[in-house]
Amino acid sequence: MNIHEHQAKEVLKSFGAPVALGVAITSVDQAQAAIDALPGPLWVVKSQIHAGGRGKGKFLEKEAGEKGGVRLGFSKEQALEHVKAMLGKTLVTAQTGAGGKQVNRIYIEDGADIEKELYLSLLVDRGTGKIAFVVSTEGGMDIEAVAHDTPDRIMTLPIEPSTGVTDTDASKLCDALKLSGEARTDMIGLSRILYKAFVEKDMAMLEINPLIVMKNGRVRVLDAKVSFDGNALFRHPDIQALRDKTEEDEKEIEASEWDLAYIALDGTIGCMVNGAGLAMATMDIIKLYGEEPANFCDVGGGAGKEKVAAAFKIIMKDPKVKGILVNIFGGIMKCDVIAEGVLAAVRETNLSVPLVVRLEGTNAELGKKIIKDSGLNVVPANDLDDAAQKIVAAVKGK
Amino acid sequence: MSILIDKNTKVLTQGMTGKTGTFHTEQGIAYGTQMVGGITPGKGGTQWEGTLPDGSKVQRPLFNSVAEAKEKTGANATVIYVPPKFCAAAIEEAIDAEIPLIVTITEGVPVLDMVRVKDKLAKSKSRLIGPNCPGLLTPGQCKIGIMPGSIFSKGNIGVLSRSGTLTYEAVFQTTAEGLGQTTAVGIGGDPVKGTDFIDVLEMFLADDETKAIIMIGEIGGSGEEDAAQFLKDEARRGRKKPMVGFIAGRTAPKGRTMGHAGAIVSGGKGDAESKIAAMESAGIVVSPSPARLGTTMSEVLKR
Repeated sequence: MNIHEHQAKEVLKSFGAPVALGVAITSVDQAQAAIDALPGPLWVVKSQIHAGGRGKGKFLEKEAGEKGGVRLGFSKEQALEHVKAMLGKTLVTAQTGAGGKQVNRIYIEDGADIEKELYLSLLVDRGTGKIAFVVSTEGGMDIEAVAHDTPDRIMTLPIEPSTGVTDTDASKLCDALKLSGEARTDMIGLSRILYKAFVEKDMAMLEINPLIVMKNGRVRVLDAKVSFDGNALFRHPDIQALRDKTEEDEKEIEASEWDLAYIALDGTIGCMVNGAGLAMATMDIIKLYGEEPANFCDVGGGAGKEKVAAAFKIIMKDPKVKGILVNIFGGIMKCDVIAEGVLAAVRETNLSVPLVVRLEGTNAELGKKIIKDSGLNVVPANDLDDAAQKIVAAVKGK
Repeated sequence: MSILIDKNTKVLTQGMTGKTGTFHTEQGIAYGTQMVGGITPGKGGTQWEGTLPDGSKVQRPLFNSVAEAKEKTGANATVIYVPPKFCAAAIEEAIDAEIPLIVTITEGVPVLDMVRVKDKLAKSKSRLIGPNCPGLLTPGQCKIGIMPGSIFSKGNIGVLSRSGTLTYEAVFQTTAEGLGQTTAVGIGGDPVKGTDFIDVLEMFLADDETKAIIMIGEIGGSGEEDAAQFLKDEARRGRKKPMVGFIAGRTAPKGRTMGHAGAIVSGGKGDAESKIAAMESAGIVVSPSPARLGTTMSEVLKR
């Protein structure tokens, strides 16, 4: 689960991390009070959307101006102008897709005098199975480009779960970031604060880009991007409350309510599959035969009739879908149950696009019979190859 | 021979009295596996009751703790169906009881719970398979987990996969080709897991009966690349077996998690093309289609 920058900073602040003063607003009416509450002389006006690259982004609407999604106000009046220009407009960044995202909230923050920009993130390192710090002196830039061009300027440091951040670890981080004096003392404390926050809140990723050293020699968290492990949200009601559904795809929200793994894509063939690996492989084979998948959809191992029908309806909501491929290899799932769920959904939605169904595994014969006997226009397939060829042919034939 | 499990494996079920635990314990018994008992705290001393597919009733003893169950039954393996919230504690209990093989089927275990478990595991005598995996199966001898037994046949192919249902594809297709399997192992799709490709490849290379190996990976992480490097190093030492591979997720967009918590391409790492290139450089024949794992293996073996 992702949260906004201003929420991430609130969370980090509650653990003692140094962040700037700031106020989040959702309407122009709230803006003046927010600006007055900050000391100036610089106000940073930041669009809050769940996507990176905001500073370099562009708004679709002309009246929002040429500048990106993060703007500097050198007076209260200018700060207010920026709020009016950006709020409610659509920001397109490298991560939003061409459609962009509507800016429904803005964070107004006290400006800082920046001496140096650094990069710091925490994540779970799969290789070691430990939480690791990733740091670089090259802050404020696209870290993937840094990793590609100058990999020697990035250091990864896994932390022992039984000890947490040791004095040696903290020193290594400071050395890699070339910090001395007060900044070094700040960073030693900050490394422990961030590790503690990561563990206690079950974060999946914590990225601070940039982490800055100010002209006064102190360290501050200037930007913060945090995502949480969805599987651990049950023990964090405070984090669940930060979810902003306006940032999510409507179909994906509905899917999550049914505990379905669904991701909307740009192609024409809707897919319903059990198992994440098989779902990806099904997308791949559609592409192999010359078409594009409209979605990723894993109904999971133990789906019942209702869940299958719900998944089917969500897939059908996508107007781009010109055909549907159901691919089930039943281990836990029984194919007859899948067949009944699919048929129920077909009847309910008056399906108007071609549907190919491939069933294998537990009770496969029974499932195939149920579909055959239904009298509905459902094309059965013998195996995955057959299924992919049939649905691609059906979609191209239209 | 086979790897990890055979007809002498005695299996406990943690979470035996739940719906999933009950169903798969029944399936295990019907397959001929020595399912020797279960653990449900508070129900120790009573009997679990199940119904086999042929309608006959079966009973197994229930215990309050893994340690007690191990002592009374002589079990050397355990399978865990405990819900995600309590799963890490269940694995830790099995580690403390020094169960040699712990298989965790549960999907949705918090990643940081697994970081803690993995640390404990490294200092223990146990091997963990999973979590979020379908388990493992040696045809005609032992089935631990949720793989459908009906698609297996005894043979010479070792099957190894990060994805459950793609394991079934590989098994189904090698059965259809008349090749059969020695053992199939699903290592699971989570980012932090007990056993990775390399551990299982080592066992398949060492197993005389395994003549060839199918390895199925997916996007995310570097387990496949590491495995390819391991295979290259072993080949230099003269250990090599014919291999067929597949990588799921060629068409997956960057930065989105594809169902499995582990399946994500980020930071330019873990994409399908780099994995396929690494596997091919290690001599693995990578099939572009998940539907041709079996036929590709037949072709490779005829060369």
